[in-house]
Amino acid sequence: MFRRNFSMLFASAIIFTVIGAGVFAPWIAPHDPRIGNLEDRMIPPVWVEAELAPTVVVERMDLTISDAQITLRQAKKIDASYEIGDQLMAPIKKGGTRTYLLGTDIQGRDILSRLIHGARVSLIVMVLTVLIGGVVGTVLGLIAGMSGGFADEFIMRAVDVVLALPLILVAMVFVASLGSSFELIILILALTLWVRYARQVRAEVLQLREMDYVASARVSGASKARILWRHLAPGVTNTVVVIATIQVGVVLLVEASLSFLGAGIPPPNPAWGSMIAEGRANISSSWWISTVPGVAIVLTVISTNILGDWVRDKLDPQLRQLN
Amino acid sequence: MMVTLIVVSVVVFLMARVTGDPRSVLISDLTTQEQYDAMTEKFGLNKSWSEQYWIFVSDGVRGDFGVSTRDGLPVWNSIKDPLKQTLQIGVAAFVFALLIGVPLGVLSATSRGKASDQILRFFAMIGQATPPFWLGIMLIFFFAVKLGWVPPSGRGDWKTYILPTVTLGSFQVATNLRFVRSSMLTVLGSEYIKLARAKGVSRRMIIWKHAFRNALIPLITYWGVNLGTLIAGSVVAEVVFVWPGMGRLAYIATSSGDYPLLQAVVMVFSVGFLISSLAVDLIYASVDPRIRRG
Repeated sequence: MFRRNFSMLFASAIIFTVIGAGVFAPWIAPHDPRIGNLEDRMIPPVWVEAELAPTVVVERMDLTISDAQITLRQAKKIDASYEIGDQLMAPIKKGGTRTYLLGTDIQGRDILSRLIHGARVSLIVMVLTVLIGGVVGTVLGLIAGMSGGFADEFIMRAVDVVLALPLILVAMVFVASLGSSFELIILILALTLWVRYARQVRAEVLQLREMDYVASARVSGASKARILWRHLAPGVTNTVVVIATIQVGVVLLVEASLSFLGAGIPPPNPAWGSMIAEGRANISSSWWISTVPGVAIVLTVISTNILGDWVRDKLDPQLRQLN
Repeated sequence: MMVTLIVVSVVVFLMARVTGDPRSVLISDLTTQEQYDAMTEKFGLNKSWSEQYWIFVSDGVRGDFGVSTRDGLPVWNSIKDPLKQTLQIGVAAFVFALLIGVPLGVLSATSRGKASDQILRFFAMIGQATPPFWLGIMLIFFFAVKLGWVPPSGRGDWKTYILPTVTLGSFQVATNLRFVRSSMLTVLGSEYIKLARAKGVSRRMIIWKHAFRNALIPLITYWGVNLGTLIAGSVVAEVVFVWPGMGRLAYIATSSGDYPLLQAVVMVFSVGFLISSLAVDLIYASVDPRIRRG
């Protein structure tokens, strides 16, 4: 019991942080997420200490032994009294500063600010895609299950086709020709999400419509639309909510993958997936650029999964196989 | 399944038509009208869409996907090798996930509530939440850059296979573990297991002979669902590890607007998916006697 409470507490804390960061991004982000300061490139997070080494102050860096040298201009910044030929301990690797708590990237942009604005981007994508996919999928599932016949055949065939198409490649094709945009990524994600709802809702409607209460509604002269809306739709709400909470984490992962491939959120908008991609080339010198957004993704997805499991167990333990 | 295949081919065909013109990447200011017409002729763009579709399908079933607009060579030539490379790491990742995930799932179920169960579930939770491309980058950072045990990217001796396999397989390890665990728990709670226990069958026999085999059956259908994630994962993993497979080929084809190549790649992935789901159905039928008879 204690463990369950602890993990729920952890998950809610993370989710509230992400939602809070996303909603209030413009007010709490300490820097501009899109424009950086090139003088402050690749500064590590605040807890990383600078590496100092003995250096000689010179007029101009000698490229062959530059590690042990520092230019007069830089030395003057540390202390104005330094002259050429002086020896001092100077940083050969930058340390973290309070100005940039989680460091900066290659363009000198604050990673914390990008992370906060990235949460906003992810939130918008998650909410919109799950909403659109959920509504479309549920409606189509209801229609397929209720009417049967041609409509059912057609909708279920569409489900098969969507499942057989490789989503990532399809997204890449569209982005390559139409350019990446918010609308496109949301459309593509929603297009692939609705199938889960449609399948499950249809299966449940097939069971529900044989129930006595539906039969008595039909006998009492209720119209098809009324049966669908008043008697069948409420019966599948739990299922829909469970699928939606389970899908939130999936959406975040897929969106990150697409952004990583350059087929997701268009730059310079900060998205967690593209932040990871930007740090990839400099992973050996500046590990934090890729690591920080990755940790954010892992923590958020874990939290939504914990919450999803909890909702499923509360609403419908029968749906265990859906995970 | 045939109908699905046909609809998929129409969708792929239309997708390539509406998203752009293959001639646009080849023409320049110096291109003459004759050259333009020759290109139109060569790619068959002067024919109607229905004719083009027919050519695409009738050649496709014979394994002829046309010539690449990029280098003028048959598309099949540029697909053959990458397909082999993708299958290699795909199969390796699948086996890896099976060999690690399934036994750990059984262990987790049989030690339910104990420390080992909790640790395993914790790791499964992390595994399911980690984006494969990020895991790949982190693995490169630690094992290639910091420790220098394996090369960071590219394809060579067996060492180069380790990181892509782990990257691609990690998610599946986690899902296999969770699935086998919950499936084992369901079976272990059933009546016939109680009966076996009452009869005095040994714990080992109960777990492996009575429970395990029945717990595996639902896992087989789950593989079918999981194939999609495996395909998606292979694209990002190949980009991360500069692996010369289908995913990277698609990446190159999209950036150069090579439609015949792109059509072929998407088609091969879709056909592969349909064949694997058919295989899953067949395996399922052969394992579960209730379906075999029905």
